[in-house]
Amino acid sequence: MADPVTLTIDGQSLQAMPGTLVIDAAKRAGINIPSFCYYEGLSLQAACRMCLVEVEKMPKLQASCTLTVAEGMVVRTESPQVAAARKQMLEFLLTNHPLDCPVCDKGGECELQDMVFRYGAGESRYTEIKHHVDEKQWSPVVFYDAPRCILCYRCVRVCDEGLGVKALGVTHRGAYSEITPNFGDHLNCDECGACIDICPVGALTSGIYRYQTRPWEMDHVGTVCGHCADGCKTTLSVRDNEIVRGNNRDQSGINGDFLCVKGRYAFDFISHPERLQSPLIRKNGALVEASWSEAIKRVGQRLNEIRTAGGKIGVVGSNQTTNEENYYLQKFAREGLGTPHIDHQRTGDVASLLDALSGSAAGLATAEDVYESDAVLIIGADLSQQHPFLAWQVRANWRHHQAAVYTVTPGPVREDKVAISKLRYSDGDPWPRLHELAADLKTRKRLVVIFGDVIKGAAVGQLVEFGASLGIPVQYICLVDYANSRGAIDMGLHPELSPGYEPAPEKGMSMDQMLAAPDLAALWVVGADPLGGAALPPGTFLLVQDLFLTDTARRAEVVLPSASLYEKPGTVTNGTGQVQRLKKALGVMGAKTDLEIFALIGRATGINVGPAQHERIFEEIRARVRGYNVPLPVIATGGAAATAAVNGRVNVEARPDLIRSFGDTLFTSGSLGRYSKTLASVLESPGQLYQSK
Amino acid sequence: MEPLLHPEPHPAETVLLSKRFRLPNSRSIDTFLANGGFQSFRKALAMTPDQIVDELKASNLRGRGGAGFPVGMKWGFVPRTGAKPRYIVVNADESEPGTCKDRVIMQYDPHRLIEGCLIAARVIDSRRGWIYIRGEYRYLIDLMDQALEEAYAKGWLGKNIQGTGFDFDLSTHSGAGAYECGEESALLESLEGKRGNPRIKPPFPATSGAFQCPTILNNVESYAAVPDIIEMGGAAYAALGVAKAGGTKLTCLTGHVNRPGVYELTLGFPVRKMLEEVGGGIRNGRKMKAFIPGGSSCPVLTGEEAWEATMDYDAMAKLKTMLGSGGVVIIDDTTDMVKLALRIMRFYKHESCGWCIPCREGTLWLTKLLTRLDEGAANAHDIDMVGELAENMLGRTFCALGDAAALPTISIVKKFRHEFEAKIASSSVSMTGAGLVRIHS
Amino acid sequence: MTFSPQLEARLSKLVQNYPPGRLKGALIPMLMYCQDEVGAVTRELTEEVASRCGVSTLEVDEVVGFYTMLRSQPMGKTHLQICTNISCMLWGGEELWNHACHKLGIGHNQVSEDGSISLEEVECIGACSWAPAIQTNYDFHHHVTVERLDQIIDGLRKKQ
Ligand SMILES: Cc1cc2nc3c(=O)[nH]c(=O)nc-3n(C[C@H](O)[C@H](O)[C@H](O)COP(=O)(O)O)c2cc1C
Ligand code: SF4
Ligand code: FES
Repeated sequence: MADPVTLTIDGQSLQAMPGTLVIDAAKRAGINIPSFCYYEGLSLQAACRMCLVEVEKMPKLQASCTLTVAEGMVVRTESPQVAAARKQMLEFLLTNHPLDCPVCDKGGECELQDMVFRYGAGESRYTEIKHHVDEKQWSPVVFYDAPRCILCYRCVRVCDEGLGVKALGVTHRGAYSEITPNFGDHLNCDECGACIDICPVGALTSGIYRYQTRPWEMDHVGTVCGHCADGCKTTLSVRDNEIVRGNNRDQSGINGDFLCVKGRYAFDFISHPERLQSPLIRKNGALVEASWSEAIKRVGQRLNEIRTAGGKIGVVGSNQTTNEENYYLQKFAREGLGTPHIDHQRTGDVASLLDALSGSAAGLATAEDVYESDAVLIIGADLSQQHPFLAWQVRANWRHHQAAVYTVTPGPVREDKVAISKLRYSDGDPWPRLHELAADLKTRKRLVVIFGDVIKGAAVGQLVEFGASLGIPVQYICLVDYANSRGAIDMGLHPELSPGYEPAPEKGMSMDQMLAAPDLAALWVVGADPLGGAALPPGTFLLVQDLFLTDTARRAEVVLPSASLYEKPGTVTNGTGQVQRLKKALGVMGAKTDLEIFALIGRATGINVGPAQHERIFEEIRARVRGYNVPLPVIATGGAAATAAVNGRVNVEARPDLIRSFGDTLFTSGSLGRYSKTLASVLESPGQLYQSK
Repeated sequence: MEPLLHPEPHPAETVLLSKRFRLPNSRSIDTFLANGGFQSFRKALAMTPDQIVDELKASNLRGRGGAGFPVGMKWGFVPRTGAKPRYIVVNADESEPGTCKDRVIMQYDPHRLIEGCLIAARVIDSRRGWIYIRGEYRYLIDLMDQALEEAYAKGWLGKNIQGTGFDFDLSTHSGAGAYECGEESALLESLEGKRGNPRIKPPFPATSGAFQCPTILNNVESYAAVPDIIEMGGAAYAALGVAKAGGTKLTCLTGHVNRPGVYELTLGFPVRKMLEEVGGGIRNGRKMKAFIPGGSSCPVLTGEEAWEATMDYDAMAKLKTMLGSGGVVIIDDTTDMVKLALRIMRFYKHESCGWCIPCREGTLWLTKLLTRLDEGAANAHDIDMVGELAENMLGRTFCALGDAAALPTISIVKKFRHEFEAKIASSSVSMTGAGLVRIHS
Repeated sequence: MTFSPQLEARLSKLVQNYPPGRLKGALIPMLMYCQDEVGAVTRELTEEVASRCGVSTLEVDEVVGFYTMLRSQPMGKTHLQICTNISCMLWGGEELWNHACHKLGIGHNQVSEDGSISLEEVECIGACSWAPAIQTNYDFHHHVTVERLDQIIDGLRKKQ
């Protein structure tokens, strides 16, 4: 490790490691040097010339975004000469800029506006005709207005380097240069919209948001994306109880700059016309609308009949409800209804992993570890399609730390591009490939292993042994599908496990067993669609809570319209075990949160398992659930708190047969995706997802 | 196409680099070999890389592409061993307005260029080189390809050259119409199949050039001069020129002289002699109003300034201009300097790669402004603005193209302001709307 | 796409000139040589060259947009290029340009009705000492006068 050098910036003497860029060194000293093209984490351009500074003993002004620090260097970032240069640079920049700020989407949050304001470059001597070209639509969600473009190439770089897609390039030359999409007149890409967020001006705008409103007319609600298990922070901007856009401009989440098409656009399922807005009850064979009181009354009666008759009650929980709701539901089932039969649709074998890890030195990895570890092994997963944020982390790690990436998959994946070794397996058996890698893996300092549902049951244990045999620190990520899949099992929506992986007081039936049980009297399904072809015994009371009339709901006796994750408070736990707080963005007519519904059912059945309030339940979770004693301030301030890796055996019968990933793509998201107009509209040809099943 | 050269060299010329130009069939390798061809390379094979570099340093050979960087020093920077291959790149993009000399070398003595490359390859133990030739010179690409084929056929390129165990491959690489690709780092981007945007420096080509490997990159004429230096020795070559600038330079006399042409003149050649004797005087006996020493990128001199100057780096620097590429442009007193300024700016606007703001926007703005001035549809304030905008570009652009656009403009406005004023005064068009426009507040 | 044997021969030599894995280097010369035969960088040619050089069509579009000699639209059978940059301008380059425009009734980068001739006002083509200069396709003509220009144009028309 080289010694730091000492330099002076604006009279402040500071130290920085050799190789540090002056613009970064200054930033750390609290001195903000303006820039458009410089963007931390992306490759250098030195194109916008906004970051010019004065350096003693150098004849010309220097671009601080490419100049590295040197011993004794004396830098001035605000000298009259520098200020003048910036003002002049802005004057140049504005010559062909349309200045249609009054109607521009970016108005009010535009870096160019802010810069002109800061340097008082509001006067232009430009009286010539401006160069104009018409705006272009590149996809349902991406529009490009060339005259507004300042050619900072951020969009080009974030798409190429960040997403690994390279759907954007530059065409023409000189003042006529333009950003251009990969298919000439249109985009064929992930439609993630990162280019829109990163654009400092209004050159790239969002098809769903453009010309809708002004930034300052909306409430910006930072919550957690309700789709996959990566747990990205998305900021939903709400006006008149309507979400107008989702984005990530504040970069406050674990996902930093990243957000995928679902996190950004796929909130529109909440206002889908088929969204349930009233309870339904079955009257002479048909489901008809009913009032909440009538519906809840029916639920109370039926459940109480069955309880007094001692009938079997099965409960299927959700991958997309909050920790609090999951915790409360299992408590309601076990302590209230007195049934041990509780489960959820399992998408990854977390239980086996935690069991295998008990007593071993290895642990669980977070998204941050994926960025920092010097090696990453991906087994049986198409990350770019199924866990785009983890894929982003892998690429960032490769770009910034030259991480050694290994892919072991049935088919080609985008991560191959950054992999030092890409191995294909067949017949769902990755083991021969893994053994081929062992020797090479041993040479690494640290390894993160990311595996999909190809590794489950006993295989998880073998994988952890394999890791141990490498003789290096290894961390694991067991991929699960949805926003709170991890929270579902953590909170004990499992026939053999109570919250925190404690053995359940009484072993119950698994979901498949419930559906097959000839004597099942009641099935209570919360935010899930398990029935498929299964035929319930005649007379079974089927109660469903959901946003939409799913196949299961269609066959229900009572259907209660529930609220989505965007319409409730509470917490969720992402696939890497980090707890984050939801913020309610809006309320939807007719629907109630699942927790409210539990409370109503409690009142109707005379069951009381404690106050149905998110805060109170979260307190209980922190107190009672192993690994969940997370620092409140972190959660309260919208941070992500890692749950401690549960240590100690997890006594469950490994049931690989019960673990099925839904194998979603970038453009599908279980039941929700199909109700998102935007996802449907961009489904042109998503990056090919290999057929994992 | 009629010959590019006058039948006889001018008596005032020093025939060295051009010594084979007028031989019958000068292009063929046989003529080349029969007249001392590849002897310098043979000699170089017997020398150590350091000895070769020392001769070049002693010769005071300075880059002939325009920047005038000492060639020996540049070759000395390049690592000669290492895991990475090392490459030779010839800059034959010749696009600097007023310059047409590399063309003459490649047309009349292509093997001289090949020999220069071989010697460079010998210095850094390189196995591969490219000659980047502007696309407009397709006929030269074809001629050069023929010459290369001859050299391969006769064992002067390829594997185990002349049984010496030395391997070297050389090929042409066509440009496709972009002045910016003459800038060395943009050229390398273009060589790699990309848009001709310049690279961030450092690293310089010497350490990270073609395909990110150590690279010697020089102008055609620079390589072409090397065989003579090896043959006659650095000191003798240096003695032909002046202090810090050795040898001879192909000089393109263009514009208003009676005998335009490409002449081989020693460094430090007096401008007066160059114009009156070699160039045969100013066309139609007119007066020289302005003088561009080496391509449109140089600040313009007035006739008075130029007459007593000499053609070398220091003399030109004293006059706050540059020797440049050897493209001398003589401008007589019938010429409209506003038009000239406009034409120069139109060129840079057309060629700006668009990478950085000041160059991209500045050249477009100045073109529009100068167009108005040329039509007289302007006011005094606009004249100042031309200078100011050019000053705002100067030294702040990503590469030197911005400076190349600013420098001549600044000098023309400064030295010929009266012509701008006269245009406005005599113009029937009246200027409207110039001055301050408020964007906000 | 199928090219003439001569072109194929040239291309197969060309692709050997670049380091292993750096085939993209051949992109620009390949486009130039192919355009001469095909007439323009058509969509089909873009895809062909992209696959031959192992790059995306976007990378080809980026390059075609940058270099003035690469065109997505065909020019005339003969592309007449008149230099008006300084050295030529000082010897009447602009007069030549205006004359050609009037005579042909077309302007910068336009093609005559019959597609036989197209016109372009070009930047310095490296013939400054033999100004004014023009190029018909790749052929140089030096010391061009209005009369010479007329002969050249009439000659081209006859060829039709
Ligand atoms: C805008 C621009 C255009 C240039 N064009 C050329 C050119 O056409 N030919 C050339 O040899 N050098 C050109 N140069 C100079 C090259 O960057 C480089 O200095 C030169 O090729 C080095 O070779 P030399 O030292 O032998 O001159 C240009 C530089 C700039 C900034
Ligand atoms: S579109 Fe936006 S991000 Fe992309 S280059 Fe233009 S200004 Fe930069
Ligand atoms: S200016 Fe016309 S060829 Fe150079």
